Amino acid sequence: MFELSETPGDGQMSKAPGDNAFLSVRDLKVHFSTSDGIVKATDGLTFELERGKTLGIVGESGSGKSVSSSAIMGLHRGTNAILGGEILLEGVDLLKVSDEEMRKRRGREVAMIFQDPLSAMHPYYTVGNQIMEAYQVHNDVTKREARKRAIEMLDRVGIPQPDRRVDDYPHQFSGGMRQRAMIAMGLINNPSLLIADEPTTALDVTVQAQILDLLQDLQRDFDAAVIIITHDLGVVAEMADDVLVMYAGRAVEYGPCKEILTHPQMPYTWGLLSSVPDLTASTEAKLLPIRGNPPSLLNPLPGCAFEPRCDHVAKVGGDLCRTTLPDLTPATSGGNHTKRCHIKNADEVYEAEILPEIAPDLVED
Amino acid sequence: MFGYIVRRLMTAFLVVVLVSMVTFTLFFKGPSDPASALCEETGGRCTAAELNSIREQMGLNDGLVVNYSRFVKGLFVDREMYYQGEQMCEAPCFGISYGSRQPVTPQFVEKWPATVSLAVGAVLLYVIIGMTLGSLAARFRGSFFDRAVVGVATVITAVPYYVLALVAWIVLVLQLSIFPETGYHPFTDSPVLWASGLLLPWVVLAFAYAPANMRYMRGYMVESLGEDYIRTARAKGMSQQGVVFKHGLRAAIVPMTTIVGLEFAVLLAGTVFTEFLFEIDGIGWWSINSLGNPIDFPVLNITGTAAAVLIVLGNLIVDLLYAVLDPRVRLA
Ligand SMILES: Nc1ncnc2c1ncn2[C@@H]1O[C@H](COP(=O)(O)OP(=O)(O)O)[C@@H](O)[C@H]1O
Ligand code: SF4
Ligand SMILES: [Mg+2]
Repeated sequence: MFELSETPGDGQMSKAPGDNAFLSVRDLKVHFSTSDGIVKATDGLTFELERGKTLGIVGESGSGKSVSSSAIMGLHRGTNAILGGEILLEGVDLLKVSDEEMRKRRGREVAMIFQDPLSAMHPYYTVGNQIMEAYQVHNDVTKREARKRAIEMLDRVGIPQPDRRVDDYPHQFSGGMRQRAMIAMGLINNPSLLIADEPTTALDVTVQAQILDLLQDLQRDFDAAVIIITHDLGVVAEMADDVLVMYAGRAVEYGPCKEILTHPQMPYTWGLLSSVPDLTASTEAKLLPIRGNPPSLLNPLPGCAFEPRCDHVAKVGGDLCRTTLPDLTPATSGGNHTKRCHIKNADEVYEAEILPEIAPDLVED
Repeated sequence: MFGYIVRRLMTAFLVVVLVSMVTFTLFFKGPSDPASALCEETGGRCTAAELNSIREQMGLNDGLVVNYSRFVKGLFVDREMYYQGEQMCEAPCFGISYGSRQPVTPQFVEKWPATVSLAVGAVLLYVIIGMTLGSLAARFRGSFFDRAVVGVATVITAVPYYVLALVAWIVLVLQLSIFPETGYHPFTDSPVLWASGLLLPWVVLAFAYAPANMRYMRGYMVESLGEDYIRTARAKGMSQQGVVFKHGLRAAIVPMTTIVGLEFAVLLAGTVFTEFLFEIDGIGWWSINSLGNPIDFPVLNITGTAAAVLIVLGNLIVDLLYAVLDPRVRLA
């Protein structure tokens, strides 16, 4: 689905970290107070995003992707979640604005589309009604105007005969059409930030590519910043400018997409790459799922969260991996690529051990 | 849709016929003998000849099948009935009451408005109270308000209905006289008397039914508020009230319709204890009074048939409503 570059270090972050990024998330914490204790679903997440750019957030299920993006939408307000850090959207900290202020931004400045468009739509209201509602909440318009706008948006996202389908109920749409309708709903107020939480996971493989194309297309038209959440590196390769790899609520590798995909420096990212089936056309490439299971977020280990599943602990001296949480530090290749791992010569390990396994063809060249 | 309704009506009809056959059979094969009761009542001494002539007159000697077919025929054409003399029983004839010695159909028509008035008022009252409290409890789930409402509901549910009604009657009517005297006055005579006479039974019935209604409503609301589409509604920027009372409520209303519809059908068939206690001359009181010796079968027959019709139709209407309220349901 994407090409592996042979020249290292040519990826550049969409923008150097600075104070005036469009979206700047700093040290974001989302903790849930439960009867079993504190669940640290997101713990110290930092990233940045510019308008017109796409950030891919990757990680296994349960790594905190949805929880983190819901925090940007302010959807944890009024729940048992404890939030910390900053979410600066054009300089305004979304964690500090009032509930009413956040409500006004929701759906207008920041919009979100969800994994399962069937359950994400109300079964008893028509598709048009639900899209119109998103428009009417933020615009003082008549029903007729809202309906016209909803039909326009349905047309824009590629629903055939939108003036008729606008009166259909969600169950009368196919899965792909429902997701298109959700995208129409998300973009109807021209938001500057769109969060797509696994937008293709619940869809047929054939429909997935169409939806991703549509998203890319619309992003160009609307000049929105997009966060696309996925556990599929293929999606990231196709869509993202930057990539954030999440593990157990933390960023474990972060940088320009091309750089992360060609010179990953963290064993968890290696694991994700090894488990992608269509990385190269090579038949010799091995498909290796990551062994073990994600750790409990209730009682985090003192050391590296990936340690129980990591095959490279021996490359680090002593029991550092088990006792000390690695910091997110610049990768050897420089740029804006950071990784959270104690291995000093990760680039060499990748070239020598990982690359031959996942893409033997490239090594022979 | 039309075919579905026709099929459902046919099933409903069969159920009602079956119920009436079973009622008839049970009475005929049962121990209650209206002829001997009548015979003893008239002369004091009841000879075998007298008894037999009464049985002959009433047609009881003709057996179950003949009697049932006479009954069915009487539903469509006027029928002569012999019960201490000849009487005309107009169709639809359900027989002549052994107690009042009058045909029961006109009596039913006369008494039913009282029961309907009682049921409609009570349902309106408890549905409004129960659904309001239930949806608010769900909206503020876990709050003091929620726990108070659920707690009070649990206590009320634990008290048997007759105790509740009796205490209300003794305290509110006999001791404190807060409520006006109860009883039924036709709405067309005086709406004020109508309402004041039914006020206490409405309140008592509502008090008894509202807690369960509240709990159902709260449960369905909690369920719908946890759905993904609620998150979508919030993500659009809808206000919390809009999210809860438009999207949440809309989904919870659907299963509530089923519950309330069936409860309403049962209430329309007669509230025995309430009518008895508050002296509402309705179907419930009438049917319970028919259970003397001998059992006043014609009364039991018409009230039982009415109950069967109401419940069967109630079921059908509830299912049709469901299809109207849930666009995913297609009746076939
Ligand atoms: N309300 C909540 N209370 C407690 N734990 C939660 C809550 N919401 C999410 N979590 C936990 O947070 C973790 C991250 O969830 P999520 O962000 O949905 O993962 P992902 O989207 O990466 O699959 C999960 O372990 C989940 O169980
Ligand atoms: S820090 Fe140690 S355990 Fe963690 S990923 Fe690196 S090598 Fe593996
Ligand atoms: Mg998720």
